[in-house]
Amino acid sequence: MSQTIGVVNVNVQGKKYPATSPYLVGREKIREFAHAVKSNSPTNLDVFAAQAAGYTDVVAPPTFAVVIQERSLATVLADPEADIDFSRVVHGDQRFIHARPIVAGDELTSQLEVASVKTLGAHSMVTFETKIYDINQELVCTAISTLVVRGDE
Amino acid sequence: MTQPKFDDLEVGQEIGSIEFLLTRDSLVRYAGASGDFNSIHYRDDVAASVGLPGVLAHGMLTMGAAVQVAVNWVGDAGRIADYQVRFTKPVVVHPTEGAVLLVSGKIGAIDAESRTARVDLTAQFNETTVLGKSQAVVRF
Repeated sequence: MSQTIGVVNVNVQGKKYPATSPYLVGREKIREFAHAVKSNSPTNLDVFAAQAAGYTDVVAPPTFAVVIQERSLATVLADPEADIDFSRVVHGDQRFIHARPIVAGDELTSQLEVASVKTLGAHSMVTFETKIYDINQELVCTAISTLVVRGDE
Repeated sequence: MTQPKFDDLEVGQEIGSIEFLLTRDSLVRYAGASGDFNSIHYRDDVAASVGLPGVLAHGMLTMGAAVQVAVNWVGDAGRIADYQVRFTKPVVVHPTEGAVLLVSGKIGAIDAESRTARVDLTAQFNETTVLGKSQAVVRF
């Protein structure tokens, strides 16, 4: 690899990607994800406990929104204009701001915007902001993710 | 388990800790549940080929497990309004012994107006902190 610049195209800063097709959040998917992150929270696993806490069904763990975020991120990584070399990507930081928890039965779409592209020496830092909406177009969660793309040392 | 009451909270208060054993099985399970099939999380040869010291836990698995300290304390996974981390060090998962992740939490701030408390989490592997600025805002 002789290319030392252009690991990310800075021109994609501000670019908005089309909304993803709806993702139906299943009860068993929530349980599967909850087990995977070693949750034993009753509201993740038990419908009666979730309903007693005021939810219509089991709630997703706080980081489940990553599954929805990934669907949007996949479109960016496949975008030739963005020109991101996936093999050089390291996850820098992650944040989930929940307007409300994700609940089984939700149908969620996501809309990603490239919030910023910064260059730090040979590396680039790309921050993505993914807004996750329910079927009524109400905001459920904002997922903010920074990927570090390593350039040649 | 009795749930914490907002009016009883104090900044600096310890809310508990959990020791997680992350094994290769945990990584495969997380890969399937999350859809993140990057092979550095289950193949030693691929991890070595990109210069890593070994197979790494998904950062998102570490993040997802760490917040359980706050979830268990408040008793409801739906009350984490805001959660952020910085991935500062990798967690290398040994093929037979796995990796032990020790997470503890304490109250970093209280906001009476929004009735929220910020829990600051510390996540350590091999006595090294692996998550930076790990903060979960809990709704009351």
